[in-house]
Amino acid sequence: MAVASNNPPLLDVRNLRVEFPTRRGTLVAVDDVSFDIAPGEVLGVVGESGAGKSLTGNAIIGLLEPPGRIAGGEIRLEGRRIDNLPYEEMRKIRGARIGAIFQDPLTSLNPLYSVGRQLVETIRTHLPVSMPEARTRALDLLKEVGIPGAESRLDHYPHQFSGGMRQRVVIALALCAGPRLIVADEPTTALDVSIQAQIIALLKRLCREHGTAVMLVTHDMGVIAETADRVAVMYAGRIAEIGPVRDVVKNAKHPYTKGLMGSIPNLGVRTERLTQIDGAMPRLTEIPAGCAFNPRCAGRGSRCLSERPDLMPAGTGRAACWLHDRGGVGRPLAKETIDA
Amino acid sequence: MPDGGGAQFVRLAGLKRYFDVSAPWLVRKIEGRPRQIVQAVDGIDIEIARGETFSLVGESGCGKSTVARLVVGLYPPTAGTIEFDGNDMAGRRSRSDMAALRRRMQMIFQDPYASLNPRWRVFDIVAEPIRAFGLSTDKADLQKRVEDLLRQVKLTPADGRKFPHEFSGGQRQRVSIARALASQPEFLVCDEPTSALDVSVQAQILNLMVDLQRRFGLTYLFISHNLAVVYHISTRVGVMYLGRLVEVAPTETLFTRPKHPYTRMLLDTIPDLDMTGRQRSPVAGEVPSPLNPPFGCTFHPRCPFANDRCKTERPKALSIEGGTVSCHAIEEGRLAVDERSYTANS
Repeated sequence: MAVASNNPPLLDVRNLRVEFPTRRGTLVAVDDVSFDIAPGEVLGVVGESGAGKSLTGNAIIGLLEPPGRIAGGEIRLEGRRIDNLPYEEMRKIRGARIGAIFQDPLTSLNPLYSVGRQLVETIRTHLPVSMPEARTRALDLLKEVGIPGAESRLDHYPHQFSGGMRQRVVIALALCAGPRLIVADEPTTALDVSIQAQIIALLKRLCREHGTAVMLVTHDMGVIAETADRVAVMYAGRIAEIGPVRDVVKNAKHPYTKGLMGSIPNLGVRTERLTQIDGAMPRLTEIPAGCAFNPRCAGRGSRCLSERPDLMPAGTGRAACWLHDRGGVGRPLAKETIDA
Repeated sequence: MPDGGGAQFVRLAGLKRYFDVSAPWLVRKIEGRPRQIVQAVDGIDIEIARGETFSLVGESGCGKSTVARLVVGLYPPTAGTIEFDGNDMAGRRSRSDMAALRRRMQMIFQDPYASLNPRWRVFDIVAEPIRAFGLSTDKADLQKRVEDLLRQVKLTPADGRKFPHEFSGGQRQRVSIARALASQPEFLVCDEPTSALDVSVQAQILNLMVDLQRRFGLTYLFISHNLAVVYHISTRVGVMYLGRLVEVAPTETLFTRPKHPYTRMLLDTIPDLDMTGRQRSPVAGEVPSPLNPPFGCTFHPRCPFANDRCKTERPKALSIEGGTVSCHAIEEGRLAVDERSYTANS
């Protein structure tokens, strides 16, 4: 994580905006999101469903589902702008420079081809190697991701693998061409806890060994706490807080992050009631003016209703909350009782 | 409310449920394939006291949901008995007696999107158990009861006019809870009620369930794969592995003094939110297929303490520290109780 500040970031996302045109007007699903990832760094992106975290990941790998589109901002990989590339150009980058891992390992694999064939095809698409060389590399990859009996497994089909083993194959596929960045979207969500720990340990080891940066998108704070160097917390399409993972988890600066952390049942602290954030995240059609979190926030003031906070320095990281501005939140307001 | 007589409110004894997943008869004969039986639940004894929350944890495929369905009668058991408040559920009795028993137990399902009829308004969904059990004949009374139920789960009476698709996941789960409460049950079986929800919504639902339990004196059978949730909500916990209970213990004991090697393994896999630097030790191996479970102790292929006896002889439940554990290594004293502390650091 410790990278000198004069090094250019591996991935640089500036003011990213993702829109969905609908009959009733344009929905802004990702709004003014900026962050960067240094080489070898693991950035966790966490948030509840609908917060825009997966869309951000999809925008980076160039796989936004139409009608969703990038409406503003730019994405740079190793200094080169990639958000406006034609589809074929992006195809070459995806796989070669950016690897992708998705939630459901069964749907990321083609059920009709053997695992070996899929690996060989991917390797040969991106690297100038012969068939036998590609097969050797595929075998090495399967061994590297810890699949027992890799020689015989190479000719097996996805349905012959268990969930955890399939996710290992998917990771092997993502690593085929030695990418600099892996975008992992909920890579452990579909797996049992004991398998989850295995996959996380594997991802961490591989990234350390290869110096690959990871953007880890998940709703599971536990996974983030164990894996990430830095974490970005998303709420209603914007980054609410970003900072070193330890500080965000243990000493959150944004009221939303605080509530989120409190609502996770924790071992050792057996309380009668969990901290709860009343209400729910607003729909994209009805994002309130000012700070999007204001209807659920206990510490809101008059300023939160009218002015939208941008990320500002807070502790070791940055938070989008007027509490951390010199001007403050304005006149304090009592929180209305909200029925969820 | 009739008294249970004994101390135990719900009692499962030697409960088994096998599923026949064989190919059709003709295919079997032509290809010479044997019958295939999944032993989803393979001999389980549980006693749940009135007013407690008993949780079942385990990985997918361990049979915990099957137990839930057996208890409420959605599956008939292959063997064993289910006693509810002193009544054997399999006993012959008249329809009206059966309905009277059924009214007292309800179920909350995992997926609030699939468990509500999309064509019914919320009012009708919540009113259905009241109508089905004939608890209210008068329209005004029905209206009032449903409105009360909606208020109890923190929805508004006006929400009764809406359809399920107009609600978020958390609100839908509230509707499911209101429906489950409609027949004024004493016993609720909750099959992963918060697994499909975001953490902040999960906290709302768990808090609501705790409040309702206190208000109505409910007894819960809570099924979950999330150990942190189980730790938070349960009085006692049963750990399942491949259709069998490997350990049952009071919550605090289970989490601070786990005994069975599988329980220890599960506890080791809980993500470390306190960032104490505790290493999650990934355990090798995966759950074997329940189609042909290993002989002896089903956990022996993954167990670091397994010996020859574990491979051949099925361990019996051994009473220890207010719970039970089924493990030869513990019984023989080869394996000491694991002391661990999860100290809360602020």
